Amino acid sequence: MTLTAETPRPTVTAAAGRARRPRLLPRVAPYLQAAPLTVALLLFLLVPILTIVAVSFWDYDSVRIYPDFVLTNYTELLTSPVTWKTYLNTLKYAALTWAITLGIGFTVAYFLAFHIRSTTWQMVLFLLCTIPFWTSNIIRMISWIPFLGRNGLLNSGLISAGIIDQPLEFLLFSDFSVVLAFVHLYALFMVVPIFNSMMRIDRALIEAARDGGASAAQTLWNVILPLTKPGIAIGSIFVVTLVMGDFITVRLMSGGQSASIGLMIANEISLLQYPAAAANAVVLLAVVLIMVVAMLRVVDIRKEL
Amino acid sequence: MTDTRTPSNLSTGVSRRTLLKGTAAVAGAAIGSGAITGFPTIWAQNIKNVTLRQFGTGVSNLNAVADKVKEDLGFTLQMTALDSDAVTQRAVTQPKSYDIADIEYWICKKVFPAGVMQPMDVSKIKNFDKIVPIFVTGKLTPDSAIAQGTAPHTVGFVEGKDSTKFAKSPTQWMTLIPTIYNADTLGIRPDLVGRPISSWKDLLDPAFKGKASLLNIPSIGIMDAAMVCEAMGEVKYGDKGNMTKEEIDKTLKIMTEAKKAGQFRAFWKTFDESVNLMSSGEVIIQSMWSPAVAAVRAKGIQCVYQPLKEGYRAWGGGLGIAKHLSGLELEAAYEYINWYLSGWVGAYLNRQGYYSAVLDTAKQHMTPEEWAFWMEGQPAKTDILSPEGKVMEKAGAVRDGGSFQDRMGRVACWNAVMDEDRYMVRKWNEFIAA
Repeated sequence: MTLTAETPRPTVTAAAGRARRPRLLPRVAPYLQAAPLTVALLLFLLVPILTIVAVSFWDYDSVRIYPDFVLTNYTELLTSPVTWKTYLNTLKYAALTWAITLGIGFTVAYFLAFHIRSTTWQMVLFLLCTIPFWTSNIIRMISWIPFLGRNGLLNSGLISAGIIDQPLEFLLFSDFSVVLAFVHLYALFMVVPIFNSMMRIDRALIEAARDGGASAAQTLWNVILPLTKPGIAIGSIFVVTLVMGDFITVRLMSGGQSASIGLMIANEISLLQYPAAAANAVVLLAVVLIMVVAMLRVVDIRKEL
Repeated sequence: MTDTRTPSNLSTGVSRRTLLKGTAAVAGAAIGSGAITGFPTIWAQNIKNVTLRQFGTGVSNLNAVADKVKEDLGFTLQMTALDSDAVTQRAVTQPKSYDIADIEYWICKKVFPAGVMQPMDVSKIKNFDKIVPIFVTGKLTPDSAIAQGTAPHTVGFVEGKDSTKFAKSPTQWMTLIPTIYNADTLGIRPDLVGRPISSWKDLLDPAFKGKASLLNIPSIGIMDAAMVCEAMGEVKYGDKGNMTKEEIDKTLKIMTEAKKAGQFRAFWKTFDESVNLMSSGEVIIQSMWSPAVAAVRAKGIQCVYQPLKEGYRAWGGGLGIAKHLSGLELEAAYEYINWYLSGWVGAYLNRQGYYSAVLDTAKQHMTPEEWAFWMEGQPAKTDILSPEGKVMEKAGAVRDGGSFQDRMGRVACWNAVMDEDRYMVRKWNEFIAA
């Protein structure tokens, strides 16, 4: 700015002089514009997380927590075989749910994007996918219970059709029912971003591939799949983080027989063991962040959007 | 919520306290008969502005009670129902958020030492002498044995007005005025179990593989588990309500093995879950609560609250006053508690299959037929109605477990919080995750 002032041409000096009063504003404006979001993030994201981190070092007994700096919450957490088993179990749910929702999501999106010619029908069918989301996810989950139960619709149907003699016990309150509910709940989170990515693919590329002699499978593998990666990555982030943090689905669908990290934290909170829950939450946050970073390493969402 | 509190009006020259002392005695009797007249105008108007906020577990947080309080006493009672873990949490961490805590005795053992509540002067409790002795001396009859666990009388009194230390014998300062209690046992589907059930160990009978359930509230679930292990003869306990680490390990080892073998269909945490598991036939034997059994039966499905030879696991709750309460509100709280023991609520609770703390007054509010069915274990002479007027039991039915003496006299242990609480919870979580 001072350089401008030193330039010999009087007109510029005059302009600079006139600009002096509002000069502060343009410099501050971006900060002001970013301020609401910054304040919101500070208040509702950073402060709570820092509090959780701080509390995770506190001590506690059965009714109260004491400000302190102890590592027992972390040592108890990380040395307990239950923690490892629970993490493994949660990761298993996450992996299974991810793989299945990816398969379903990709297929549905592919069908919508490349097999439905008219935009109207695409939208109609897309909205059809979202219909289950019009009800609460707890309802969607619970409605599986009478369906899959020992005397439920499915078992009675199969028995009366003569396909089985004994009701299938594994259908409810098992890993099967947990993953089934997860897939049902979260498949749309995979469909939407993949569909979005596919719609952005230039159809000329596919024509070019076909003209170049590529088979349908080759086009899918070498053209569509690489171009859909950002959508897959976004969908994966949704599904994985949702499953990692879940507690109610696991509790209801496993009949309280399986553990997940979210459930572990919920149990600790309900027993007033806030510091232990906080330590658990910090570890979970770290694990999920690592998983997200790893996914972003594989796919550069920004570059491909 | 509390801005309706009115400062005491002493301009009449009569202290409110003396005024109350006079009226309280009349009030108890008057309330019983439903005739509330003769309150000095000023006091009656003041107390109408009082709002008492009560929170507690769902069992006794009944809207009917709040309505009746408004009708009989004139002040407003706001009720919040939470699960027992949340109650404990809120009682300790937000002591200003409630005026009256409706908590269980084992919760009291955790909460009272935190200094968030004040003990009650028993000389102001009109029916104190008539409270069932379980809550005073621990003995139902002078020669009955004291059950294990957090027996209510062990945490029922503190040493002084400002003390948070539980007294060994009854004092003038009571922590909770007992309101509601019951003896719990296993619920079964008699149409599906296919044989008589007589012992807690039947829960782990391989014949019921994949059809048993246990409740997943650690402090209560561990007691049911202990009853089972003791009945099997696998573990000997010094005190089931206060186990050693070794006893906890042994108990949960047996339960974990059963779980891995597929004995359990599910673990439940809420009342509705237990009802649904039972009525859908997913589970045919499980730990259960008395009104849940009634709820299954109400669907027309057979369900029995099976008395077992080892005895019952009992629980009890009571009303306590928050530390911050004083003045008119404190008087209103005493007024409310005296009213609670005066019979109407007692009869209401007894009709739901629970027990009330002062039986004499409750009896006056029940018909002889109701009393004979619920309290004396006799076959119902007429249809037995719920407090809402629905038929609960047809004429001729007999209450599972029989009379009050038969049920409460056979309590093996009370719901408890242990010294090794933290360890137990950790081990319980391992069991659930196994």
